[in-house]
Amino acid sequence: MLPETLFYVFGGAAVLSALGMVSTVRNAVVATLCLLGMLLSLAGIYVLLEAYFAAAALVLVYGGAGALLFLFVVTLLDLREETFGVPRMRVLRVLGGVVVGCAVALGLTRIVPLGAAPPLPDGFGTYDAVGTALYTDYVLLVEMVALLLLAAIVGALILTRKKLE
Amino acid sequence: MTADVLAKALFVLSALLLALAPLLAWGERRQGLLQSASEGSLPDDPDGFKLTHLMRPLRDLLELLTREDVVPVDAKRGFHLAAPALAVVAALAAYAVIPFAGVYVFGESRIDMVVSSPDWGLLYIFMLGALGACTALVAGWSSQRQGTLFGGLRAAAQIISYQVPMVLSAVAVFMVFGSLRLQDIAVAQDTTFRLFGFLPVIGLWVPEFLLGFPFVWPAWGLFLQPVAAATFLACLLAAARRAPFDRTEGGDDPYAGHLAEYAGLRLGLFYLAELLQVLVIAGLVTTLFLGGWALPLLSTELFTGQLATLIGERAATLFCVGSHFASFGIKVALVVWLQVWLRRVLPRLHYPQAMDLCWKVLVPVSLLNIFATAAWLLVMGGEA
Amino acid sequence: MMVPIEHVIALAAMLFAIGLVGVVTRRNLIVILMSIQVMLNASALAFVAWNRLWPHGSQGVGDGAADGHVFVLMIVTVAAAQIAVGLGILISMFRNRDSVNVDDVSLLRW
Repeated sequence: MLPETLFYVFGGAAVLSALGMVSTVRNAVVATLCLLGMLLSLAGIYVLLEAYFAAAALVLVYGGAGALLFLFVVTLLDLREETFGVPRMRVLRVLGGVVVGCAVALGLTRIVPLGAAPPLPDGFGTYDAVGTALYTDYVLLVEMVALLLLAAIVGALILTRKKLE
Repeated sequence: MTADVLAKALFVLSALLLALAPLLAWGERRQGLLQSASEGSLPDDPDGFKLTHLMRPLRDLLELLTREDVVPVDAKRGFHLAAPALAVVAALAAYAVIPFAGVYVFGESRIDMVVSSPDWGLLYIFMLGALGACTALVAGWSSQRQGTLFGGLRAAAQIISYQVPMVLSAVAVFMVFGSLRLQDIAVAQDTTFRLFGFLPVIGLWVPEFLLGFPFVWPAWGLFLQPVAAATFLACLLAAARRAPFDRTEGGDDPYAGHLAEYAGLRLGLFYLAELLQVLVIAGLVTTLFLGGWALPLLSTELFTGQLATLIGERAATLFCVGSHFASFGIKVALVVWLQVWLRRVLPRLHYPQAMDLCWKVLVPVSLLNIFATAAWLLVMGGEA
Repeated sequence: MMVPIEHVIALAAMLFAIGLVGVVTRRNLIVILMSIQVMLNASALAFVAWNRLWPHGSQGVGDGAADGHVFVLMIVTVAAAQIAVGLGILISMFRNRDSVNVDDVSLLRW
């Protein structure tokens, strides 16, 4: 298929998955799987935009670990439909808000006309380019993010620790 | 361009589903019998190997298909069926990036014997593994039993825990071969390296014969990165929940495992996914560590060059393709045999033991391996 | 890449709006956390799109060919950290109040 058709297919899938996730009333696992679907569609769009390593990182980290963590918690908590769902009127309100928000967003993007996409430098989007940028220009960022992850691990451990009686 | 990708994809899929998976099912059962049998206790094969024994997997499949499709009353039926289907798809999709023969030049056109060869091929396989964890979890949850839910959680936790040392071992392999594209890794193993070649680089004198014939070995990943090979194989086995790591599926565990409420066709699909995973593991280990399709001491140029003087360029290349293909098949069969053998020989690991092995043994070992490889590459200055 | 970049940015804006409505409207903490992820992903998509349009940084200054991708990596990492801590908060909230509705943990008067 031509890349354009694929982009609209993936884009539509991403929007539908996000909508499904925001307004689902059935159960939380459906919502989490909608999030996973949105992540996979976005990864497809990244590949179309020639951001190959970003797509792989998205699926590996976000999909394989992040969405999986959501699935863990959601299946452990086992929420029934009464506690999870919203009444029907609220669903309509959610959808109305989404429509208004999308209209505003689309309107804002029409203001600035942009040029055509230029030809790309060699090795654009490969792990080589990203790795070089990470460890030369942005090495401080890598260190800070490492500290942030350490803080997140410790925080998550403390938050979920059962009090010793 | 799309036509030959489609042709290769169809070839790979049909080879896997129609030929290799049934063969593997038969082979596993037969190997298990042979290993656990004592003198005169083989009720199944009194006359040894018969061709009709190959029909056994087909008979098993038909039996599974015609069994009643039992699903718990309150199970989420959509997810209950989707999980095994997704597992099969993930296992099949991994073969898209594994090269089954090399890169050949036929006159003007270059043909690359792999279905798809993206720059980040190895990352693609890790992505599929991560999605496999979601499959196990959804399978366990959709049966809506507490036992299966915990089994599914454990299976998913095991898969993602073992992905950490898997990726770390792959980092060491990547450092040595310099590319994530599996075809490039296979091509890089097509050459040989001198076993004592590091001595002259450090500056030591070494007698001439030590650099000569018997000490020139094929540059396989197994010889360049033995530690990474061992840890990678262990992690792959654990990620596929096979061999000594299949406690989450059964045994006499109080938690029944995430496949407890699966029967009939759905269970058959999970079995198919497991068989395909064995093949994927074999293909991956072959490509990364056993030299892929490469013949041990005959690199492609040597082979084709020598033969071209005898039968001409095209025929020599065709013969080379055939022999590379056969070489790949033999190596894959070797690794498959290794997995089946390990399954019968090693005792099952208790789940806490498996987790201990991952975090306390494999992760430090693979990290140390990365440091050692980095130091080695620094000393050699790229002349490994 | 044949699709005009405005379409990609429009998609990112739509996803951001959907996530924003999810955060503001829904009362369930799990859906709120997931909507935050949708918003983060929408901004990551915008980063990738702008990086594709201007691979050398704005007005051709410098060699920032992979800057957008580095930022996507940072967004993904920060999102993973946020998921971990957010789910930790959710679990302790569930243990204390036996509910994941944010209305039940609101101590404010109105």
